[in-house]
Amino acid sequence: MTSAPIAAPVPRRGAIPRLGGQALTRGLVVAYLSVLVLLPIAALVATSLDDGLGRFWDAVTIPQAVAALRLTVLVSLAVAAINAVAGTVIAWVLVRDEFPGKRVVNSLIDLPFAMPTIVAGLTLLALYGDNGVLGLSGVSFTKLGVALALLFVTLPFVIRAVQPTLIELDRDMEEAAASLGARPLTVFWRIVLPNLAPAIIAGATLAFARAVGEFGSLILISGNIPFETEVASVFIFSLIESGGINSAAAVSVVLLTISVAILFLFHLVSRWSVRHDAA
Amino acid sequence: MSISVVDVTKRFGDFTALDGVSLEVPDGSLTALLGPSGSGKSTLLRVIAGLERPQGGRVVMNGRDVTDVPVQERGVGFCFQHYAAFKHQTVHGNIAFGLKIRKRPKDEIDARVAELLALVQLEGFADRYPAQLSGGQRQRMALARALAVEPEVLLLDEPFGALDATVRKQLRQWLRRLHDEVHVTTIFVTHDQEEAMDVAEQIVVMNHARIEQAGTPRQLYDEPANEFVMGFVGEVNRIGDQLVRPHDIEILLEPDGRAQEGQIERVAHLGFEVRVDLLLDDGRTLAVQTTSADAEQRELEAGQIVYLRPDRARRFSAQR
Repeated sequence: MTSAPIAAPVPRRGAIPRLGGQALTRGLVVAYLSVLVLLPIAALVATSLDDGLGRFWDAVTIPQAVAALRLTVLVSLAVAAINAVAGTVIAWVLVRDEFPGKRVVNSLIDLPFAMPTIVAGLTLLALYGDNGVLGLSGVSFTKLGVALALLFVTLPFVIRAVQPTLIELDRDMEEAAASLGARPLTVFWRIVLPNLAPAIIAGATLAFARAVGEFGSLILISGNIPFETEVASVFIFSLIESGGINSAAAVSVVLLTISVAILFLFHLVSRWSVRHDAA
Repeated sequence: MSISVVDVTKRFGDFTALDGVSLEVPDGSLTALLGPSGSGKSTLLRVIAGLERPQGGRVVMNGRDVTDVPVQERGVGFCFQHYAAFKHQTVHGNIAFGLKIRKRPKDEIDARVAELLALVQLEGFADRYPAQLSGGQRQRMALARALAVEPEVLLLDEPFGALDATVRKQLRQWLRRLHDEVHVTTIFVTHDQEEAMDVAEQIVVMNHARIEQAGTPRQLYDEPANEFVMGFVGEVNRIGDQLVRPHDIEILLEPDGRAQEGQIERVAHLGFEVRVDLLLDDGRTLAVQTTSADAEQRELEAGQIVYLRPDRARRFSAQR
């Protein structure tokens, strides 16, 4: 890693024939992505415009839709931010500390991925619900409950993104900084964190994307109270159930657009954080 | 700053890296820690730096016991084999790091960085990132970074080990000149005896967690304390229980009472010098060094029977 030469573009190896030739591989990629991503989105946009632009606008500007979209985006951003911090700390502990049961803890991290999200919702309700084990009130059917469910299902992203980077991190850098007078906190802040930033951002991006689309774990614990705890995915589902398929598509298109815009912003930040890697 | 290492012991689990090591490094000197890998030389350097805490013994700098002083406060500059460049920071940012930690004013930092860039011949590279530098440039940057905080001791852990042979030779000449200019007490670790002899004033030969011998390059070569040192600082032939350097064997064309008979297997022309590989009558092999002119004049060639007279052969008593 440290002895790598100046980053160069991948050389074109004219002499070695590629598998199937360039045109074929590109064609396959485009076809695959079209079937899985582009065509469905096109169909969604078409459905959303079935009743005309006016109806589209009405569907996405009714207060309940705006409230659901706003809640989804804001809570997802908050959840991504919280798990960026917590995930980095957990990854740090898992990589740098030795403690009994470390492997068990490490394998537990993936549990939110392995569990059907409806089960996750049920678990949270059983624990934090008004009649739950802890006997708490004020968690289920509140925004806090929504955030909690999303924090749970997005937990692994940042941890799993940061762990390999932290393992590969050049420890000499930290010792060099210490020999130049930097205290442990300064070393973390000025040396470790900047080098982890791309991984943290990548994990947070995935966490955000997942949170925006989350449905299963929220449907139980959020209570789906309009203007309160109703997230976009649940709102869209309720529209479909009441026969408003075109309105549902319209809200979906807006949600998709906002998400793509935010993901692009994440991407820009990520590019900036690795500016030093490219020549 | 003078450094004394007194009876230092360092273990990693079951492995003993330093076994009661003591060493004196005079103020302003250039010392090499030389030894095979696993001999403890890097650990000794890291103990002096404060990057490792010894389980026993003391480290004394200028008369002050610094054994319990953390690396941040030892006033040492440390360079790593793989440079340890802060890859998210520019060359300027790297060199300025220690000064920024010390909260020096920006003008002063910029002036000092410019001065150091000139010293390590990296003018014009201030805004580059480490990924855009060659290995040799990165190591010079790392040296400038270490020197920025005006350390009283400069410690280099295999500084040229990751570089190719040409750059390595250039850099060691350059380090030698730098030391003449800056006069900071310098210790570097190497497993390359030629590098140690070329650069250092004092060489400390280490093996199996102990110091075998410390002395000038000349002393080590001419008066090795034991078989290990003799074998490590230069090539040797073994004749019976005696050790002799390849250039201390004379090749005779005619028998002479005590000279041993041998047959030339190969004459390798290495430029100025020629290495003659010989097979002795008892089946052992021997290498003799001579000059190209000598080999030519006496028409040494493979298959020839010659007679060998060792000069200055050494016999060491059983080790330790």
